[in-house]
Amino acid sequence: MAIPLSYNIRNLFVRKTTTIMTALGIALSVAVLVGISALISGLNGALAVTGDPLHVIVMRQGSTAELNSTVTREQFQNLKFIEGITEENGEPMASLEVITVFNLPFRSNPDEVANVNVRGLPPMGIRLRETAGTLQISRGRWFDPGKREVAVGRGIFETNEGTSIGDMLNFGRGEWEVVGVFDAGKSAYNSEIWADANLLAVDLGRGGTLSTALLRAEDETTAAALKNRVTDDQRLLLEALSEREYYEKQTMSGQPVQTLGVFVSIIMAIGSSFAAMNTMYAAVARRAREVGVLRMLGFSRGSVLLSFLFESLLLSLLGGMLGCLLVLPLDGLGGRIGNFITFSITTFEFEITSGALLLGMSFAAFMGVLGGVLPARAAARQEVLGSMRNV
Amino acid sequence: MSEETGQSEQAVELRGVVKEYRRDEFSVLALNNVDLDIPRNDFLALMGPSGSGKSTMLHLIAGIDRPTAGRLTVLGDDIGGMGEKELAAWRSENIGYIFQTFNLIPVLTALENVELPLLLTRLNKKQRLENARTALDIVGLSDRIDHYPRQLSGGQEQRVAIARAIVTDPAIILADEPTGDLDAASAKEALNVLALLNEQHGKTIVIVTHDPHAARYARKTRYLEKGDLLPEGQLPEDWFATTAPT
Repeated sequence: MAIPLSYNIRNLFVRKTTTIMTALGIALSVAVLVGISALISGLNGALAVTGDPLHVIVMRQGSTAELNSTVTREQFQNLKFIEGITEENGEPMASLEVITVFNLPFRSNPDEVANVNVRGLPPMGIRLRETAGTLQISRGRWFDPGKREVAVGRGIFETNEGTSIGDMLNFGRGEWEVVGVFDAGKSAYNSEIWADANLLAVDLGRGGTLSTALLRAEDETTAAALKNRVTDDQRLLLEALSEREYYEKQTMSGQPVQTLGVFVSIIMAIGSSFAAMNTMYAAVARRAREVGVLRMLGFSRGSVLLSFLFESLLLSLLGGMLGCLLVLPLDGLGGRIGNFITFSITTFEFEITSGALLLGMSFAAFMGVLGGVLPARAAARQEVLGSMRNV
Repeated sequence: MSEETGQSEQAVELRGVVKEYRRDEFSVLALNNVDLDIPRNDFLALMGPSGSGKSTMLHLIAGIDRPTAGRLTVLGDDIGGMGEKELAAWRSENIGYIFQTFNLIPVLTALENVELPLLLTRLNKKQRLENARTALDIVGLSDRIDHYPRQLSGGQEQRVAIARAIVTDPAIILADEPTGDLDAASAKEALNVLALLNEQHGKTIVIVTHDPHAARYARKTRYLEKGDLLPEGQLPEDWFATTAPT
C-alpha cells in the first residue's frame, strides 16, 4: 500500500513559499514552451489556411518564392487554356499577378519599418480567392482596376502606420490611396496589400513580365493533373505546385524561432529541474525522521520512493498549470514574424491548442520526475535507524 | 513451546547476541554475548547508563537492526535471518514502537497518524478508521481525532503515538524512553496506558528508560552496563551515583 497522497499534498502546503517559488520557476519554462508552441501553431495555421487545395501556383522554373519568379504575359496566355482550369462565366479562373515588397512603419513604433508584400492582381485574382474561402472586404471597398488604389489586409491595417482608409501609400512611381481593408480569415493574405496588377506592373517597369500565375482547378484530382501538365510542358518552362504546398514550405520561416524557443525552454527546464531537485532534497533532509518512522511502520523503500517522486510530480504539475495560465491570455493575440522566404512580415494570431497545453503539462511532469528522482532515491535508500538518528 | 497453542512461551529470546558497530578501523561493542528471555505478557524495563546498549537491544528486537552474532527469536520467528521486505512486513504485523520524541507525522491528523500502519493491512477504509478511533479511545483521545500534532500537548502526542503503536494489535510494544520528553503528569498518563495495555490487553511490553519512576510500572527491571546484561537483581556499579535522585 502506498503512503497516502494527503501526506504529500499537505507537505507542499506546509512549505508554501518554497512550493510557490519552485512552481513559478517551472511555470516560466512551461510558459516559454507553450508560448512558442502557440506562435508556431498560429503561424503555421495562417500559412496552412492560405493554400487552397484547388489552387495551383505557377512560377518560373527554379523559383522558390513568388518574389523571384517571372511569368510573361505570353506564357500566361498559353497557361489559361490548359485543360483542367475551372471556368466562371466562360472565363478561365486564372490570375496573372505581380509581387513586390516595400517598407511600412509600425503603428506601435513608427521609427521601425518592415517589408510588406504588395500584390498586383486582376479582379479574377480576387474572385479566385473569394471562391476559395473567407475573403471579404471588411471596410471600404476593393480597388478599382486602372486606378492607383489599394486594399490592405487586416493584419497590415492593424499593425502598420498609414494604412487607414484615405491614407496615401508611396511605392512604385507614386502614391496609392487606401480604399479598403480586406479580411482573409486567418490566412497570410492578411499580411499583404493588393492593387491593380497592370498598374503595379507598369509602376515596377515589368509591363510584360509579371511574377506568378494562380489557377483554380475543378477538383483536387484535376489540380494534381494540372500541376503535372504545367510542369511537364516543355514550351512553358514553368513550374507548378499546389498553393497549399507553396505555403507549407513557408512554415519553415517559423523554424528559427521554434528552434530558439525550444532551446531556451530546455535551458530553463534544466534550471527548473535543479530548483525542483533542490527543493526535494531539502524536503528529504527535513523529513528524514518521518521517512524513518514510515519505514519503521513497515512501508517499503519503493513506497517511500514513489511518495517523494509523486510529491515532486505534484509540484511540477502545479508549476505546469501556472505556466499554462500565464500564457492563456496570448490566445488570439495578433503577432508578426519576418518571413525569410518572402522577405516580408507575416501576421498571425497566437493559437494555444489543447495539444500545446498537453505538451506544457508533459514538459512540467518531465521536469518534476527529473528533479525528483534523485532525492526520492536518496529518501528510499535511508536506513531506518540512520533516519531516526538523523535529527 | 506451549503445547496448547503451539506458540513459544517466550515473546523474545536472545541467545549469545552480539552487536558490534564498526566505522573505519574503530569498533564499538554495543551488546556483548547477551542471553535474555522475555515471556509473553511481560512488562520489562531495561535500564542502564547512556551507551550501555539498551536502545540497541530494543532496535534488535524491533527488527530495525541486525545482530552481529547470536540468535534472536521474536514471537517464535528467527528475525535475524529475514530479508528486508519480509522483516518490514513482520514488523508492521507484530511490533508497535513508541519513540521518545513521539515522531508523529506533523501534516496528518491524530486519526490519520493512527490509521497509517493500517494502510499496510488489508482492511478497507471504513474498518481502518474504526480501528484507529478505537485505539484513540483506548488512550483517552477520542475527542482529539481531528487535531494535528501541533495542536496537542506533549502528553497527548505521546498517547497518539501509543495509539499508533497498538492499532494493528501487535503482540509486542517497544518503547524507547517514552517519558523522556514529558512532564511528570503526562509521563504518568502515558505509563498508565502502557500498564493498561499490559494488564488488560495482554501485550508484552519492553521499555527503555532512565527514569526509575517509569521503571516501577514494569513487572521486572533488567540493567545493562557497557554492553553486558547484568544478572537479575544486579545493578551497575555507581548506579546510584550516576542516577539523579527524583
